[in-house]
Amino acid sequence: MSDKIATRVAYGEALTAMGEDERIIVLDSDLSKSTMTDMFRKKYPERHFNMGIAEGNMMSVAAGLATCGKVVFASSFAIFAAGRAFEQVRNSIGYPNLNVKIGATHAGISVGEDGASHQAIEDIALMRSIPGMTVISPSDAYCTAFAVKAAIEHFGPVYLRLGRLAVPLVHDENTRFEFGKGTLIKDGSDVTIIANGLMVQYALEAAKLLEEDGVNVRVIDMHTIKPIDREIIIKAAKETGCIVTAEEHTIIGGLGSAVAEVVCSEYPVPVKMVGIEDKFGKSGKPNELLELYGLTAENIVKKAYEAMQML
Amino acid sequence: MEQKEILALKKTAANIRKGVIIATGAAGSGHPGGSLSITDIMAYLYFKEMRINKEDPRHPDRDRFVMSKGHCAPVLYATLAEKGFFPKEDLATLRKTESYLEGHPNMNSVPGVDMSTGSLAQGMSAAVGMALAGKVDKKDYYVFVGMGDGELEEGQVWEASMAAAHYKLDNLICFVDYNGLQIDGKITEVMNPEPIAEKFEAFGWYVQSIDAHDFEQIEKAVKNAKKQKGKPNMIVAHSTKGKGVSFMENQAGWHGKAPKQEERDRALAELDEYIASLEV
Repeated sequence: MSDKIATRVAYGEALTAMGEDERIIVLDSDLSKSTMTDMFRKKYPERHFNMGIAEGNMMSVAAGLATCGKVVFASSFAIFAAGRAFEQVRNSIGYPNLNVKIGATHAGISVGEDGASHQAIEDIALMRSIPGMTVISPSDAYCTAFAVKAAIEHFGPVYLRLGRLAVPLVHDENTRFEFGKGTLIKDGSDVTIIANGLMVQYALEAAKLLEEDGVNVRVIDMHTIKPIDREIIIKAAKETGCIVTAEEHTIIGGLGSAVAEVVCSEYPVPVKMVGIEDKFGKSGKPNELLELYGLTAENIVKKAYEAMQML
Repeated sequence: MEQKEILALKKTAANIRKGVIIATGAAGSGHPGGSLSITDIMAYLYFKEMRINKEDPRHPDRDRFVMSKGHCAPVLYATLAEKGFFPKEDLATLRKTESYLEGHPNMNSVPGVDMSTGSLAQGMSAAVGMALAGKVDKKDYYVFVGMGDGELEEGQVWEASMAAAHYKLDNLICFVDYNGLQIDGKITEVMNPEPIAEKFEAFGWYVQSIDAHDFEQIEKAVKNAKKQKGKPNMIVAHSTKGKGVSFMENQAGWHGKAPKQEERDRALAELDEYIASLEV
């Protein structure tokens, strides 16, 4: 694989690679060249349906297909898939527990120039609040391939959160991912950084910076936010004494909240959150926006020291 | 249709109407008005038309029915119970905490329910998905849909309509229960969806208009719909809200209000009297 690849591209590739499974039907809403489901269409045109610019309808149509034994991937930008079509996802897919996989691309502020209207920063909070919904936010192409496969193998609704921006590989072909389990990338004993999506790369950079200062850092890729891996969180709380979370999402209701929910009730230790702090995004170059909103290795380092000082 | 058959369907429909009254009466809430207006269509579909088997309610080749106006769960349940999908006595547990008969149709708890509905227009879209699956799998089943006229105010109805015509879903047969009333009053006064037939025609559907309480017209329209190729089917069924119970007919107030004990008894007596008149 090349050095940098967007998880939406990895999604299109994985979906196409697994397309031999004839149960798979792919729906898109006039964004197939951006969500990359067009790759699937080229190989399996008879199982790809463009539903036009009508995301609510697409989600309910996906539900109907799923009642007939199909494994349906319904794709749009995260803001429309999780935001505009929330109630269809909730009532048509979530409540009847249907086998629909929502491939939501262009999540987060790394959408860049399109600006706040197109930058979903609340989608994880919305989706994980639906009973029975699985939520996965993969960090790189390897993790995405795992997520697509896991989504197909798991019966029930799954929300896949994917990005527009090309991101470096933080895993390799030997990484063993497990559904519902966080992936330990680096062990350590002083502080744990729990990250997902494109923030995993910055978590690893932050770990390197902290190590230079003699701080021993544990890094976990929490690709699956729901069901969350309680065990790995409690173990981190007990063994490292404090936690920093890092996500490209509002800190209200996302990964940080999910981790804090476990820590508070099971083994209270300081949890500091790196994420978007109750603000909308804006237009700009993706990397400039990540900097502007504090989604950086430096900010993770700062929060790590704050967390450790609370001990 | 033979007279004997019409009489039998009339009797079945009256029994289904009794089920609606018993269920909503026992629940103390629910939606009798729109349930009663679509009852004759339900009786025709489940007792004359649809390829279904109560012993195997999830058979992949069965015809499907989606109650897109999910608040009319009472008539769907009463029809399924009449057909033998579950005991009729259970209708009196509608909406109760310990019951499997949810206030709006639940496909995972109620045998014979093909789609969970309740949020308007979503059922129609789900039916589009079922019809599309039928095309992908080259199956010959039909997907029937019960919709409300007030429901047409939901934008998603028109998204679904575009998709159904675009993919030429001629295995989709929708009924609009055109009783002219919604919760807040006349549909033309609340938010006018008319002209209904012309709108669906413009969206590329094959449209027929019928009397929703005439079994011969219902059958003729369904048979005709099945002959059409390349277009989804809309049957605009002119109906009377609250049909079959004199004091509920044409009253918007009975959209979402359950009969009290005395009203329940009066309604059941009327329906029993009607059934007796059919047997003479």
